[in-house]
Amino acid sequence: MKARVIVTLKSGVLDPQGKAIEGALRSLGVRGIASVRQGKVFDLEIDAEDRHEVDRKLAEACEKLLANTIVEDYAIDRE
Amino acid sequence: MRSTVNSPPRAAVVVFPGSNREGDVARALRQASGVPPAIVWHDDRALPEGTDLVVLPGGFSYGDYLRCGAIAARARIMDAVSAHAARGGLVLGICNGFQILCEAGLLPGVLMRNAGRRFLCRMQHLRVENDATPFSRGYSRGQVIKVAIAHGEGNYTIDAEGLAALERSGRVAFRYCDAAGAVGGRANPNGSVNEIAGVYNEAFNVLGLMPHPENLVDPLVGGIDGRAMFRALAAAS
Repeated sequence: MKARVIVTLKSGVLDPQGKAIEGALRSLGVRGIASVRQGKVFDLEIDAEDRHEVDRKLAEACEKLLANTIVEDYAIDRE
Repeated sequence: MRSTVNSPPRAAVVVFPGSNREGDVARALRQASGVPPAIVWHDDRALPEGTDLVVLPGGFSYGDYLRCGAIAARARIMDAVSAHAARGGLVLGICNGFQILCEAGLLPGVLMRNAGRRFLCRMQHLRVENDATPFSRGYSRGQVIKVAIAHGEGNYTIDAEGLAALERSGRVAFRYCDAAGAVGGRANPNGSVNEIAGVYNEAFNVLGLMPHPENLVDPLVGGIDGRAMFRALAAAS
């Protein structure tokens, strides 16, 4: 089964990279973008079919490695 | 742990793929104790028998992939490092080593991208906040020392509750300051909360810091303010 994990900085956590991208868009003349926050996307193939099992494995992967939950949130999108 | 009272503590430096300050640390340890440290590979399962001090050196372990220190924190040797820390053994993480200790959960908080976005490589003053640990006994509280910094992700962040706990229990090891010891404003190079440059765990046997005391042990490179840390460690039992 395939899944996508999206990791984003928690709101309130300073994102200097997002700020830099925001500034670059402005200098390129791309108007109307109020703010940019940068995150990460992981595409995973999970070696299980049972949905509960897949969910368990994904949550484990996120909690143990993919996100640092002190400053990051994660969202799981699976088939 | 140590069998002979007067022998220097046995140190082990852990090398991960992408570590690059292990030689600097080894030199500082040898200079202070007269004994070269063991070099331990990240994929080893155990520390050398009788290890008293484990050092995680600076560098760019695993190319800083995912998050700085994130992959190294899950390396095989880290189970042994965690067990060593749980037994009360000394652990010192410098720069990338600090990031690894935070990612491994051995220290609280996280090191984020520098607020100014730039990689910083220069001298920096620090104020010693606690002079009563095995790492810091060679300094005095409030002393201003000059050491090197070299990092892109040194912006220490922790939640309000965790920060209050650190401050309340004297676990802030060093703060960024100016030459006169004043903190705040431009003396903070990377945006770290409360100007925190290094923190201890609850038992004060684990220290992580972004600056590089191991690079200031020889007058040839502009100062020797890092020596006191390695001398204190050499004298620690």
